[in-house]
Amino acid sequence: MSNTLQIVWLIPILPLIGFLINGLGRKQLSKTLSGLIGSGVILGSFLISLYAFISVKNGNTPLLHYFNFIDTESIHVGFDFQIDQLSSLFLLIITGVGFLIHVYSTSYMHDEDKKDFAKYFSYLNLFVFSMLLLVMGGNYIIMFIGWEGVGLCSYLLIGYWFKNNEYNNAAKKAFIMNRIGDLGFLLAVFWLFNKLGTTDYHLVFANVSKWSTFDITGITMLLFVGATGKSAQIPLYTWLPDAMAGPTPVSALIHAATMVTAGIYMIARSNILFTMAPATQCVIAIIGLATAVLAATIALKQNDIKKVLAYSTVSQLGYMFLGLGVGAYTGAVFHVMTHAFFKALLFLGAGSVIHAMGGEQDMRNMGGLKKYMSITHITFLFGCLAIAGMPPFSGFFSKDEILAAAFAHNETEGKILWAVGVLTAFMTAFYMFRLYAMTFLGKFRGTHEQEHHLHESPAAITIPLIVLAILAIVGGWVGIPKVFMEGGHHLESFLEPIFAASNKIAAATHAESELSHGTEYALMGVSVVGALIALVYASIKFSKYQKSDASETGLGKVLANKWYVDEIYDAIIVKPIRSIASFFNNIIEKKGIDGFVNGVGKAVNYGSRQIRLLQSGQVGVYVLLMVIGILLLFIVQLFLVK
Amino acid sequence: MPIYYYIVLAIALFSIGIIGVLTRRNAIIIFMCVELMLNAVNLLLVAFSKMHNLATTGINPTAAIDAQIFVFFIMVVAAAEVSVGLAIIVMMYRNTHSVDVNFLNRLKN
Repeated sequence: MSNTLQIVWLIPILPLIGFLINGLGRKQLSKTLSGLIGSGVILGSFLISLYAFISVKNGNTPLLHYFNFIDTESIHVGFDFQIDQLSSLFLLIITGVGFLIHVYSTSYMHDEDKKDFAKYFSYLNLFVFSMLLLVMGGNYIIMFIGWEGVGLCSYLLIGYWFKNNEYNNAAKKAFIMNRIGDLGFLLAVFWLFNKLGTTDYHLVFANVSKWSTFDITGITMLLFVGATGKSAQIPLYTWLPDAMAGPTPVSALIHAATMVTAGIYMIARSNILFTMAPATQCVIAIIGLATAVLAATIALKQNDIKKVLAYSTVSQLGYMFLGLGVGAYTGAVFHVMTHAFFKALLFLGAGSVIHAMGGEQDMRNMGGLKKYMSITHITFLFGCLAIAGMPPFSGFFSKDEILAAAFAHNETEGKILWAVGVLTAFMTAFYMFRLYAMTFLGKFRGTHEQEHHLHESPAAITIPLIVLAILAIVGGWVGIPKVFMEGGHHLESFLEPIFAASNKIAAATHAESELSHGTEYALMGVSVVGALIALVYASIKFSKYQKSDASETGLGKVLANKWYVDEIYDAIIVKPIRSIASFFNNIIEKKGIDGFVNGVGKAVNYGSRQIRLLQSGQVGVYVLLMVIGILLLFIVQLFLVK
Repeated sequence: MPIYYYIVLAIALFSIGIIGVLTRRNAIIIFMCVELMLNAVNLLLVAFSKMHNLATTGINPTAAIDAQIFVFFIMVVAAAEVSVGLAIIVMMYRNTHSVDVNFLNRLKN
């Protein structure tokens, strides 16, 4: 108990305290104060996380036990925190990016009422608390508590402007989609309990080699179902674009940087399980890639600035799952990190634009914002370059690591995975620069009133943008691939202990063909040149964008309507369930159950009305009945009973 | 004398009582018929007691007379009950100016 890291319990507790203060005192606290409390507690967590990270880097990776959470004959769950390389990295991302977004929010949400402002910060703090619990948990149960907590906060924050019914529907959609995934997670946890009676990571991972393939595949598939819900993969991704109904900083924090990476964290954490289940890995790689392509194609035709970013998030998450599927756990975690930087930057930049445009989100009404908002413009450009995979921006390193791993995965399938992945990268570059060009280049297409109103955002908004822009540039430098610099991949050596067992198994089963330097350069060259062409083409094409009333036709229309996935889900799932529900409501409930209950009441009523007639009040009748009764008893006694 | 002389007599008395209760409407006659039934049972009690003792002891018919003493108790209680019953009938007559039980067929009024 004397570990110096014992104090890490403060990391999640601080945001919880912030949540309580802001939540309970929302009517009393002034905006400045609640903003200060909300951001301050996250800063505190960040500093402790930094301390924890440094300790971990020096080799102190404790499993901290605080108290027994569930303690029965056959089930033992401790309230444990696992502080190691993986969780400390996530702690830094969550609290670091989280702090910047809190600071940003103090300015972005300033038009809200005092009460709503504090409510916003309390939700945000509760979110950070849950997310930290998810990451720090030492077993699947603690992770699940955080897992559910972030789902709840996501719901609360998407529906933050609850007076708009569409936003409420988006919130409900997110919650229900997440619940479907959570069920998978929960079943996996039950399965683990059934096998082992505990879900502590170290015990699970130590015992995994004793289990049958069926068990491992089943558990990992169920865990992956959980991940598809939380991390917005096919078939449960449709909630994420709708989740853009929430305030923009929320989209940046929850729906880009942190919560949606929970699935990736969970799989990376259980990497040994997944490495033992090649079937599941194959499914993950395919689903991830399919999601990446599908979302990228949809993003090509969206006109809402946040929708484009949302689909690009789904697409990037697909990349991460591709990385997990081909066993490139480090690459996936690396991409989580860089993606957190540049996607938070892009969302916050978009928020800054929306702020300046007075709530306008349609890119068709923007354009030429470059000269009005220089800081937002520059930082946004950096974000776009990073996500497009331009060297030396961070996205280049992480994306190419995943693509190279896919290429090297095995002989033919790996090449296909790589080809589709690169194609998606080109699309990414294209739609991001379409977004950039439509927003910042060309002429302003909005109303005069909006043009008059245009301004650069205040410091609380621009400073987080600048910090994130710097991170988006340099964030990738911790993972410089071997071909450029021997030993340049600090992240890989840092995360080595987490993935060591998996790497050993992977190396034993199929000899991962080490790519020659020439191939690796060629792969990078193809993706960079392709993306460069795509982004230049998009910039030129869309900087001359003119508003037109011509509606989309052919494939464009399908893409603009998001492949009609929502409509298909509506037709094959929502409508049948609705009709079953109305059947149960009208027939089973009203006619069946109500009929039975009311029927019993009516029968008793009717029967008693008939029996009442016997009570005539005539003494003679009573006596007669009594005599008949006695005679009957007499007869029974004498003649019938033997 | 065989036991069933007594039994037949008692049954006859009891039946007369029942028929009286069932057919008459005059409260006093019903009351008398109830007394008749009661006494039919008393008669049986005494008869059974005597016969039982004769059968068990053989010689002395007065050897055990518990049941016969019991009958006196019943008669005493019955007398007390009669006084209560008659009082009720008097009250009934005062209220309805009749002793016809069919007038009293409702709980209210």
